[in-house]
Amino acid sequence: MSSVLLEMKNITKTFPGVKALNDVNLQIKEGEIHALCGENGAGKSTLMKVLSGVYPHGSYTGDILFSNEVCEFKDIKQSENLGIVIIHQELALIPFLSIAENIFLGNEQAKNGIINFNATIAKTKDLLNVVGLKESPNTPINQLGVGKQQLVEIAKALSKKVKLLILDEPTAALNEDDSENLLNLLLEFKKQGMTSIIISHKLNEIARVADSITILRDGKSIETLDMKKDLVTEDRIIKGMVGRDLTNRYPDHTPNIGETIFEVRNWEVQDPANPDRNIVEDVSFSIRSGEIVGIAGLMGAGRTELAMSIFGKAYGKKITGQLFKDGKELKLTDITQAINNGIAYVTEDRKQYGLVLEEDIKTNITLANLKKVAKKTVVNGHQEVIEAEKYRKQMNIKSPSILQKTMNLSGGNQQKVILSKWMFTEPDILILDEPTRGIDVGAKYEIYSIINTLADQGKGVLIISSELPEILGISDRIYVMREGKFTAEFTREDATQEKIMKYMTRTGVEQQ
Amino acid sequence: MKTLASLFKNNLRQYGMVLALVLIMILFQILTEGVLLKPINITNLILQNSYILVLAIGMLLVIILGHIDLSVGSVVAFVGAMSAIFMVEMNLPVWLSVVLCLIIGALIGAWQGFWVAFLRVPAFIVTLAGMLVFRGLTMLVLDGQSIAPFPASFRQMSSGFIPGLNKSGDLDLLTMIVGIVISLILIWGEVRKRKQQASYNFDILPMWLFALKLIFIVGVMNVFAYFLASYEGIPNILVILVVLIVVYSFITNRTIAGRHLYALGGNEKAAKLSGIKTKWLTFWVFVNMGVLAALSGLLFAARLNAATPKAGNSFELDAIAAVFIGGASAYGGIGTVIGAVVGGLVMGVLNNGMSLIGLGVDYQQTIKGLVLLIAVGFDVYNKNKSS
Repeated sequence: MSSVLLEMKNITKTFPGVKALNDVNLQIKEGEIHALCGENGAGKSTLMKVLSGVYPHGSYTGDILFSNEVCEFKDIKQSENLGIVIIHQELALIPFLSIAENIFLGNEQAKNGIINFNATIAKTKDLLNVVGLKESPNTPINQLGVGKQQLVEIAKALSKKVKLLILDEPTAALNEDDSENLLNLLLEFKKQGMTSIIISHKLNEIARVADSITILRDGKSIETLDMKKDLVTEDRIIKGMVGRDLTNRYPDHTPNIGETIFEVRNWEVQDPANPDRNIVEDVSFSIRSGEIVGIAGLMGAGRTELAMSIFGKAYGKKITGQLFKDGKELKLTDITQAINNGIAYVTEDRKQYGLVLEEDIKTNITLANLKKVAKKTVVNGHQEVIEAEKYRKQMNIKSPSILQKTMNLSGGNQQKVILSKWMFTEPDILILDEPTRGIDVGAKYEIYSIINTLADQGKGVLIISSELPEILGISDRIYVMREGKFTAEFTREDATQEKIMKYMTRTGVEQQ
Repeated sequence: MKTLASLFKNNLRQYGMVLALVLIMILFQILTEGVLLKPINITNLILQNSYILVLAIGMLLVIILGHIDLSVGSVVAFVGAMSAIFMVEMNLPVWLSVVLCLIIGALIGAWQGFWVAFLRVPAFIVTLAGMLVFRGLTMLVLDGQSIAPFPASFRQMSSGFIPGLNKSGDLDLLTMIVGIVISLILIWGEVRKRKQQASYNFDILPMWLFALKLIFIVGVMNVFAYFLASYEGIPNILVILVVLIVVYSFITNRTIAGRHLYALGGNEKAAKLSGIKTKWLTFWVFVNMGVLAALSGLLFAARLNAATPKAGNSFELDAIAAVFIGGASAYGGIGTVIGAVVGGLVMGVLNNGMSLIGLGVDYQQTIKGLVLLIAVGFDVYNKNKSS
């Protein structure tokens, strides 16, 4: 039982400007369920991508030993041939194909290129029995719920003669029953001798099924806990996940907080994919002038959906609740109105939602408020250049000129362009969604300074972030969000990482 | 300082097609033993291609948004048919008929724009349907017959010339004067732009290259004016074209709507989150396409002096090819009015030159297809290499 199945030694993986993994070690024993824990961005997914060959051998340093043999995977196919199968957080099933076709996709039961459907169906039936899914193999995937789709993914993994099953956030999108089901299945597989790695934010689940836990933090492997030997509590795991010092990563700032300028009451947003569920549920909060308010929460907690639905209903179908600005109720039906009423939303996904990458810095900065540099409808090129140049200097955007295409800028500079763009709309309320994602430490510091300056000008700032140290380092007040609800509110003085993490992850703790 | 090579590389995209156009013209000038650049042929080139260029300008906006319009050829035929019914059968005044036809074009555009913008049906499907529908309607209203002839004043629109100053001599003085005036305006504008860019510390062309560019443009302009002057003068249709080119260049480059257009084509989600009314913008671009298609239909009917059920066949393909040859991106967000016009001229010169040397339609089609593929392939290759 206790022989080592997989060993990853001194794995280091760098992306341009970021060390995603730094000398990571991981040891998986045969027949165990091993949990991988860490904050968003700690490097869990990157590590699994290295293991499965998504990042091919040569793009990282370090060794992978599987069944005591050195592995140098060039692609996913090679790792799958050895029995390492990964199930990603976003399910990779083709919606219009049947269960059977999906399970054997890329691995078709065929002779000379002609699929043997009888064999396919028969084998699918066996696999569905194993995972306990009572559906016809011919059912199209899009008729199944997420929970059942997850089971199909597992059946697909089993069809590949899996020795090591890796599940990335398998229960993130599942309800209680489906989650319970899945975890029981994992325990069942364990009895039959299968080894699995599970990545999850739900610490109660980990505490229930895992035999050992490896904690990653900032791209380093911090420790491995043995669930049988050590007395491992959720608090113990949280301590490992967050324990780092916070010196000098955030600029000093003395807030000058005034009256409440923005208030959200009883905000509810229906999940467009599932009308029975609210993705934001009964959320109320307020922002005062000069205040930086943080929203802490895991990915999928509904933070972005909350922000975008406030921003002129940019997200969601059925939205209820009230918005107040300076004491007056706001009724926003589209984004233009939100902008005109002094609300700005800086998106979490710079490239997809933020920038027009083909266009230059100047054009991107003025895009959301062209009126300001235009006479009637004609853009005044001269004024535009002056404004853009002003922001380039003020924000310290590093580029040869404002005619540089934004696709050629680094992440930090792209973010500064987006911040400029929204400052150009002269907002009173600035919503920043993951403002420092994928940005190096130096640029982060600059962006924090900009945020502080904005608050000092009397604007209200709302910051959404998965990085707890960031939330703690910059916010004056913090709300914690989990599964669409606000579960706690802390002042800067009261907040600790452990407290926030508890309200972010634990099911069952209610507001005090 | 930049080397000549890097300068050339950076501006290749911008000037590449102009260069290609010049090379093709030289080639056919030699092959046709001087017929291509005869004044009468130059005038003909403009008259023959005007309706495609009008379509190309509208198509450019559609393609910048990342859509396509396959129906314009049929719309050309339908509007031509309606104009014949208004003018020939109902004897309505020419001006009223023209206005009515443009309104019909706008309504057709609004109909298609509604499906694309608000119901989000892919433009390919909507306009493919439009292509069939409006071709069918054309045959219905014409009852399968051609209608002719049009009133003379209507025909003037596409085959008349601006009355000149000096009909007795060999050269039309007015044309030459207009050529010189436009040259002066161009020089003034370019110098002003250069000064302004220098004051912002932007990269500018070295002086000698700038001078060379100006001399080239002014030279081409005036030689062109000379050719026109030595035939009949300025065709009416050229005035319409120049006005359209200037107006649409201005809209795309200098107005808020133009900026929104490129932003929407470049990144729809970002545009939407910047407060741009993406649906309405898409809708209006299709309305605009409808109006320009109607104009093109009027020009074509006037030139042909008849409305026929077959009019405008495969015009959509010529217009689309012109836009892509002119450097627009199939993914949206990139393209210029001037580029589309140059692309249209490349196609036009190819057509004209190949006809002059007596190549059959079979060869013409093949060569045009390959030119389109190579032009766009070259563009895409360059782009992949640079990123």
